[in-house]
Amino acid sequence: MNVLLDNFSEFRDGFIGTVEITAVSSVIALVLGLLLAGFRVSPVPPLRFFGTAWVTLLRNTPLTLLFLVFFFVVPEIFFPGMSPFLLGSLALGFYTASFVCETVRSGINTVPLGQAEAARSIGMSFTQTLRLIVLPQATRTVIPPLSSIFIALTKNSAIAGAFSVTELFGWQKLMSDQGYDIVPVFVWVALGYLVVTFAISGAFRLLESRMEVAR
Amino acid sequence: MSASVLYDAPGPKAVVRNRIYAVVGSLAILALLAVSIVRLSDKGHLAPEMWDIFNYSGIRQNIADGVVATLKAFGLAAVGSLVLGVLLAVARLSDHRPVRWAATAFVEIFRSIPLLITIYGVWVGFLTDYSMWALALGLSIYNGCVQAEVLRAGVNSVPKGQREAAYALGMRKTQVMTTVLMPQAVRAMLPTIISQLVVTLKDTSLGFIILYPELLQTARLIASNTQVNGQYPYVSTIVVIGTIYVAMCLALSGLATWIERRGRRAKTGITMGAAAAPVTAADPVGAVVGSGTDAPDGPGGTTN
Repeated sequence: MNVLLDNFSEFRDGFIGTVEITAVSSVIALVLGLLLAGFRVSPVPPLRFFGTAWVTLLRNTPLTLLFLVFFFVVPEIFFPGMSPFLLGSLALGFYTASFVCETVRSGINTVPLGQAEAARSIGMSFTQTLRLIVLPQATRTVIPPLSSIFIALTKNSAIAGAFSVTELFGWQKLMSDQGYDIVPVFVWVALGYLVVTFAISGAFRLLESRMEVAR
Repeated sequence: MSASVLYDAPGPKAVVRNRIYAVVGSLAILALLAVSIVRLSDKGHLAPEMWDIFNYSGIRQNIADGVVATLKAFGLAAVGSLVLGVLLAVARLSDHRPVRWAATAFVEIFRSIPLLITIYGVWVGFLTDYSMWALALGLSIYNGCVQAEVLRAGVNSVPKGQREAAYALGMRKTQVMTTVLMPQAVRAMLPTIISQLVVTLKDTSLGFIILYPELLQTARLIASNTQVNGQYPYVSTIVVIGTIYVAMCLALSGLATWIERRGRRAKTGITMGAAAAPVTAADPVGAVVGSGTDAPDGPGGTTN
């Protein structure tokens, strides 16, 4: 108990850091993932290839290595001097985008064939079909796996702590460096993460029940 | 629905338009690549000396040691997580309520805590001097929980008649589980189990945070201890090490896909799980069972 009370402001900063990096990289992952899924089903071969390459490459790379890339290679190419927070969010977001892409793509596959055929037969273009007919229906099937993905993202955000982003793992490290017993520290950090992941799964369950439609 | 349902066979206008998109898209991607290459070479990262370091036998030896260390931790973690997975799965299916509850609590707790936190906790708390065992134990605990859920889903997917028939033959509970249910569960879930092993392999890179000298830690040491032209060769090291990682993971993923394809051919009546079913986090069982809709190319499909 003392660990928490004595270092509460650091713990609070860490918790807020975890929430922030989760939120920012979720947004990046969602936008990028949707775009990539669009690429992968599009009629333009180079874009399809790009999407496939992205997914294959990033899903088979350890996230820690991706963090190294973002901290040591990306600043050499674009925008030197970005904050660790931003670099960490980008690494997490880019990594997770490949999973979002695959989920959305399999969501698109669950929409009945006739829907897209009907859309085409009334003269809709590819973008219209996707945007107005297919994606809104795919959303419903995609929500449960998406919630898993964002929970995994929250857990993965711990790695950012090792790259000098303020978040909960950083607090765990700080406390153990200061000589506190690891067990209570572990319990508090775990509780912090549980709060975030439960909030996410709760929000998604709410979303799911809102979007539920008899089929 | 396959992608081609989303658009008509293109007419002359659409063909032209698609070609324009194709050209513009490729140009944009190429431009991005070109900018990266130009910028990197401006900063001297593409100078031959930067890449020459991999010709030194010392550095090659370091990398080989790193690969061996990674594979060692992976092997231990793979065995550990599978053993723990079987134990937890059986415990979760037990008839004794306390055993069931304890196993459920264990799985739920350790599955929802970041792996890094667990590894670090184990390292600092119990195995400070044995970073390999700390890494292997942390990986085993987390992945064991995930494997347990996979196996449980597998056992539940075995047709009910199998169990009933086994009991009717007079088999005992343990016999039914070990000789009838588990083998079929493992068989059905093999692609998913291997996909999870890909995740385990990727996660060995977390060893770098507890200073275990695996591949990534080796890479960082090489990059920060060598100086070429007054610069640290981060870019070349990351490219080389990244290629090794991707190759290892793709090999394992390929194995999963191959087994899945073989399993689909066999006519045993037990369906094979999709290789790339997303297993991690909130509801692995639901994810495993529910995601047979299509198999995205190649696994490595788990989110962690």
